[in-house]
Amino acid sequence: MSLLIGVPKEVFPGERRVATVPEVVEKLIKQGFRVAVETGAGDTASISDDAYRAAGAEIVADRAALWATSDIVFKVRSPNSEEVGLLREGGTVVSFIWPAQNPELLQQLAARKATVLAMDSVPRISRAQKLDALSSMSNIAGYRAVVEAAHEFGRFFAGSITAAGKVPPAKVFVIGAGVAGLAAIGTAANLGAIVRANDTRSEVADQVKSMGGEFVPVDYVEEGAGVGGYAKVMSEGFQKAQREVFAKQAREVDIIITTALIPGKPAPKLITEEMVRSMKQGSVIVDMAAEQGGNCELTEPGKVVVRHGVTIVGHKDLPSRLSKQASTLYATNLFRLMEDMVKTKSVTPEGVIDVDMDDEVLRGTTVVKAGSVTWPPPAPKLSAAPPQAAKPAAVPVAKKSASGHGGGGEQMPAKSLAILFGVGALLFAFVGAYAPASFLSHFTVFVLACFVGYMVIWNVTPALHTPLMSVTNAISSIIAIGALVQIAPPLAGAGADRPDGWILGLAAVGLVLTAINMFGGFAVTRRMLAMFRK
Amino acid sequence: MSASLASVSYIAATILFILSLGGLSNPETARRGNLYGIIGMAIAVLATIFGPRVTMAGIPWIVGTMVVGGAIGLYAARTVQMTQMPELVALMHSLVGLAACLVGYASYVDTSIQFTGAEKAIHEIEIYIGILIGAVTFSGSVIAFGKLSGKISGKPLLLPARHWINLVLLLLVIWYGREFVNAHSIAAGYLPLAVMTVIALLFGIHMVMAIGGADMPVVVSMLNSYSGWAAAATGFMLSNDLLIVTGALVGSSGAILSYIMCRAMNRNFISVIAGGFGTGGGTAPAAGAQPAGEVTPVSSIETAELLREAKSVIIVPGYGMAVAQAQHTVYEITKLLREKGVNVRFGIHPVAGRMPGHMNVLLAEAKVPYDIVLEMDELNDDFPATDVAMVIGANDIVNPSAQDDPGSPIAGMPVLEVWKAKTSIVMKRSMASGYAGVDNPLFYKDNNRMLFGDAKKMLDEVLVALKS
Repeated sequence: MSLLIGVPKEVFPGERRVATVPEVVEKLIKQGFRVAVETGAGDTASISDDAYRAAGAEIVADRAALWATSDIVFKVRSPNSEEVGLLREGGTVVSFIWPAQNPELLQQLAARKATVLAMDSVPRISRAQKLDALSSMSNIAGYRAVVEAAHEFGRFFAGSITAAGKVPPAKVFVIGAGVAGLAAIGTAANLGAIVRANDTRSEVADQVKSMGGEFVPVDYVEEGAGVGGYAKVMSEGFQKAQREVFAKQAREVDIIITTALIPGKPAPKLITEEMVRSMKQGSVIVDMAAEQGGNCELTEPGKVVVRHGVTIVGHKDLPSRLSKQASTLYATNLFRLMEDMVKTKSVTPEGVIDVDMDDEVLRGTTVVKAGSVTWPPPAPKLSAAPPQAAKPAAVPVAKKSASGHGGGGEQMPAKSLAILFGVGALLFAFVGAYAPASFLSHFTVFVLACFVGYMVIWNVTPALHTPLMSVTNAISSIIAIGALVQIAPPLAGAGADRPDGWILGLAAVGLVLTAINMFGGFAVTRRMLAMFRK
Repeated sequence: MSASLASVSYIAATILFILSLGGLSNPETARRGNLYGIIGMAIAVLATIFGPRVTMAGIPWIVGTMVVGGAIGLYAARTVQMTQMPELVALMHSLVGLAACLVGYASYVDTSIQFTGAEKAIHEIEIYIGILIGAVTFSGSVIAFGKLSGKISGKPLLLPARHWINLVLLLLVIWYGREFVNAHSIAAGYLPLAVMTVIALLFGIHMVMAIGGADMPVVVSMLNSYSGWAAAATGFMLSNDLLIVTGALVGSSGAILSYIMCRAMNRNFISVIAGGFGTGGGTAPAAGAQPAGEVTPVSSIETAELLREAKSVIIVPGYGMAVAQAQHTVYEITKLLREKGVNVRFGIHPVAGRMPGHMNVLLAEAKVPYDIVLEMDELNDDFPATDVAMVIGANDIVNPSAQDDPGSPIAGMPVLEVWKAKTSIVMKRSMASGYAGVDNPLFYKDNNRMLFGDAKKMLDEVLVALKS
């Protein structure tokens, strides 16, 4: 019997999204699952029961029955205590959970021996991007924030000259250039507004530019990237400098969109009442951090208010306001997760659910496994943006890793290093025991030269590897010296039977060959290098 | 010139060589680096000619041979196409290898230098090893040249039990080495020496024949390394420190390059040298998920549309661009797009092409400014913010299964994440898989488009469409 995925109607007030859509139902069925959807689950996302049925899903009218029969329950909002009560003993839930904010929910789910995968806890690594529901939702929220702002704002976004007079373009300031911020920048820029943006992480400046915005830096040196590509709390001095920048922007712009969040902390208060008062009449602030308390002091979460002539939008449900789009993307994220689960044998056709805890992505996502709380996961191995990469000149090792060699040979595991040293020691002991003194002096030179070569070559940029090879090749024509000293050495008369003719011939041919190499090598290197230009 | 003066000149030459390699660390100092190399070489050669080891009788010979060789070399350097650089470099390595062999033989038959006891044994071992490395370098490079220029098939030739063959050859070499050192007269030593030379030549051929075309960057840099070791061995043979130092510099440089190339392919050095792709454990490409879905072909006009509407473009060139000689057209397109304010950059995979840095040289030839030519690590994070990623004649280096599919033979190899761009366009002659023989799921992705045809022809059409 194949596993049954149940999709109940969301019960949270005002929630319009649904955890699956017909397109994804088809794919899930192709993967070998069965899907049951509660009747009316898709209504708020403009998806009818018939559409689900056409895709192959079973429509269930009884909520309790749906919860009780489902092996895996897909949800958007974290289940409330009533829903936890409906969940089958030992069932599996995939949903947003926010384990840090809801410890008691985790305990309740654990008490039901449940397995819980939290879509908000997907590790932020490249491989997991396809199931990163937070990013999909942020992307939608960023778009919607601009739409909300446009709705409240009394003017065009794009500037133009019309027969009825000149329309100046709207100026938009976006605080925080994460996924949501970047989406907002792109949307506003597409509408024709002049967009500026700020972020504590200076490395996003290029991304801001690529979306059509202008990066407004804070002139205070401190790197704001924390673990996993999220922002961290900044120092007092930085915050002061930042407030000055924001105050200046507040006086100039028409619309401010704030997206500043710090994981597990209340949203930082970045826009003061003072700044709101300094804004032009009719300006709009969209506070996307409203759910975490808001970035603006005057935000009232969940409401649209007018303060000092400025409309402050504090919607907490921006993705839900684009319910069909949000449902589709979220459903796809869930499908990718199921794909990973199938691939890692975390779910099998026989109906066993046993999450593979060695898989980095699934490990991070799973917050409760068969009744035991597994949150928080061990720290992820990779950060989305390693801090060293941002400042390559800080230490020599970091510089190497930035230039493509990943730190070079220095990061060799201890074991193979030990073996290497062991072999080296044996070799040296052997040479020391048997070789005569004259050989040793040459040997010393040889070993030292190897090391010099090693040190010098690591600094060569990969772009110049071909010229490097041709120049080293030219330099290896130094073997000409060998031929030169054989051509006509001063004979002490001792070697009477020296076959002069043979040696001369061999040496002369050798010399021709090396001369080709010597002149040709240097000339071609020269030709190549002359081409490299800025 | 006195012996001391000659020695001091050698030291100067050594320093100049080190400066020369150091100068290549960035494009601005690289030209000076090459100049240092030339000066160093000139000093070394002149100091030797006028030094105590060469008499006036040799001068005509030296001048004659140098002029002949130099003329050939300069001619070759002037006429070679930039796409043929790997072949030229491989050919030149073979010259060094052959020269090392000849010098080794000459040194052996030279009776004017007499050693006794341990010194004699060491001298003979040095000769033996010098000739061995020289011969392997020579035949290996000739085969590499053949493969690179297409005269020999790029497919790995895998003899049955080839590891055993290599082992037997090695044992034979050691056995004849013993015979050679124990030989009482020079004449008695000829046979072991000649047999060993033949074995070494065979070994060089066998080694490179077994290596696939995509692994050529490793082979070329490895042969570069060998030619250095051959020079160093000759230095030991002739008790010449300059040769030892220079040989060691070149040798370690080649070794490091090989190592870098192997890392770029996430392959073990030994497994590359042992030859054949996918033989080192990844024997189950069938176990990997077969990509499913449909490819979406586009025309050159649609490609031009996509490029025109893009704000940021990353071009990923591969061997196909070199084969089609398309680099100039690529630059024309780049120039046009940059004039329109499009942010165009190039993403270079460390093993793109057939030798280290191959793509950089081609793009430099087409006058692409080097500050928009970036390494994989520098721009891999930028793909999500890129509108169009254009892949020109590359396959394995943009294969997502290296990241997604642990059963893939190229699993774990770092790749350019072109599929994260909003749209990726792959230019290819057909749906054939790359050298690794792995199917590429990139082609089937929803946001990927395929532009089939010869890269040069297609790009010319794109250029025309862009201009109109």
